[in-house]
Amino acid sequence: MYAQLVKSEGLKPREEMSPEERAFQDRVDNGEKIEPKDWMPEGYRKTLIRQIGQHAHSEIVGQLPEGNWITRAPTLERKAILLAKVQDEAGHGLYLYSAAETLGVSRDELLDKLHSGNMKYSSIFNYPTLNWADIGAVGWLVDGAAIMNQVPLQRTSFGPYSRAMIRICKEESFHQRQGYAIMMKMAFGTPEQKDMAQDALNRFWYPSLMMFGPSDKDSVHSAQSMAWKIKINTNDELRQKFVNETVPQAEYLGLSIPDDKLAWNEEKQGYDFSEPDWSEFFEVIKGNGPCNRERMEARVKAWEDGEWFRDGLNAYAEKAAVRRKAASVAAE
Amino acid sequence: MSEVETNTVATPDDPFVADADLRPALFEWLCRMGDNALILGHRTSEWCGHGPVLEEDIALANTALDLIGHTQMWLGLAGEVEGEGRNADNLAYLRDAMKFKNVLLVELPKGDMAVTMMREFLFDAYHHLLLTWLAENSKSPRVAEIAAKALKEVSYHLDRASDIVVRLGDGTQESHRRMQAALDLLWPYTGELFAGDDVDAAIVEAGIAPDLGALHADWNGLVSEVLEEATLQMPEPGGYAHLGGKQGRHTEHLGFILAEMQFLQRAYPGASW
Repeated sequence: MYAQLVKSEGLKPREEMSPEERAFQDRVDNGEKIEPKDWMPEGYRKTLIRQIGQHAHSEIVGQLPEGNWITRAPTLERKAILLAKVQDEAGHGLYLYSAAETLGVSRDELLDKLHSGNMKYSSIFNYPTLNWADIGAVGWLVDGAAIMNQVPLQRTSFGPYSRAMIRICKEESFHQRQGYAIMMKMAFGTPEQKDMAQDALNRFWYPSLMMFGPSDKDSVHSAQSMAWKIKINTNDELRQKFVNETVPQAEYLGLSIPDDKLAWNEEKQGYDFSEPDWSEFFEVIKGNGPCNRERMEARVKAWEDGEWFRDGLNAYAEKAAVRRKAASVAAE
Repeated sequence: MSEVETNTVATPDDPFVADADLRPALFEWLCRMGDNALILGHRTSEWCGHGPVLEEDIALANTALDLIGHTQMWLGLAGEVEGEGRNADNLAYLRDAMKFKNVLLVELPKGDMAVTMMREFLFDAYHHLLLTWLAENSKSPRVAEIAAKALKEVSYHLDRASDIVVRLGDGTQESHRRMQAALDLLWPYTGELFAGDDVDAAIVEAGIAPDLGALHADWNGLVSEVLEEATLQMPEPGGYAHLGGKQGRHTEHLGFILAEMQFLQRAYPGASW
């Protein structure tokens, strides 16, 4: 979910598959895990690299909107919790880049693609965090939406991705709870705090719905990813599930979801709700969101400013290796 | 990952906590301990999401988190000693700059990673020596208890900072140049760590904390050893020292740190977060 619009392959019918591809598909169908050294179709490898890479980038860029409030967190405890949470996100990035490395692409290669604009991260992180309740809303809604997608991905066919997801989901559910805890404090606090909470919900509701990606009818090529079990549910299924779970949580907080059409539909046992503005979504993906420029500038600056630091550590490691070698030669 | 420390339920009996004569000095001294951790933690946390490599982002956030945990313990005890109903958050968020008692070293802007890591190293070397003494020798059980908890984390901070200072000092020409520049910039701010005043004298006299002069010699030894391995030139010990932070006379930077840090508590007094 932090992977949207991942470019995938067209679904290959079974009769067109090579014997290897057929055997591979049988393993996936049987629920076996595919491990890095196993044979896999090139399309599977490429799609996974794009998907895991985009997910990893989202974790890293996702540090920025929340990091924006660390120095302004209102209590020492909130500051400590937020630091721990943002640090978790960076840790998720590490697991995911490592999972991608098992597919033969280095972290540096993926970062180059992020910095040059050739790989994306989730559209949600191009929205600003403007008041403290936004930190609650990000945990509640953004991590909540991410969990909807990531829980099923624990069963994904690629072993390293699945294992990374299992670890990540444990932390994300904690993140979501801490986000909701902030929302409770704000919604049940002073009138000004409640205003902040409502403002945060107003701004984050539709961008959160966009996190699931475009409607199934417009979602190209997800059939192949689903056959490979690197996508488990459709975008619309997950979005519906998210709305169904979130609406009662907003009601408990006494906050209103900014959607006049929102209504319980007894027949489908779910809420009817308005679609987000998809033209806004595609603008954000194209780079025209409120924070795209700042997010990319921050990441590129961190990378470029850090070059001397990384070079220094590498140079020392090389010198130390030479010294160790010289010492062992001298000892012989 | 570090756990957020909160005041423990079972606190050891500590005669100093209720000692009215010692109260002003002990409160002041505890604020210095807490403020150093808070302001250094704040500066360290500014890196979050902007580090030179992912592992550093994680390590810096973790260090900041540890320091915020130490702040909660030291300022929590300070509030208790003061006995006027202020807790750690009140002290952190509702004092103005002149009431902050951190050394100037920790409030300087984070600069590049050379300044950040060199500062951490210089401060950690002091912090580690101080906490070790407090954990082993302090006559105040409460102080010794907090120091023992913080020491576990600060031992790791010192290891990591020393290691990075050596690697970057003896890395490329550019990393060497930056580390030397950072050292030269920060050095005049290290003297304050060891400049005692009446508050320190009262706390030393009570057996709560060590004589800072004695600590200084050990610090010089530890620092010169690491700097030598890093191929960096240690500035003249005993050179000019910028003083005043411990007494509430700060650089212009602290006011901006507080304006940012205290914004919500100041703008919405009495709200619960």
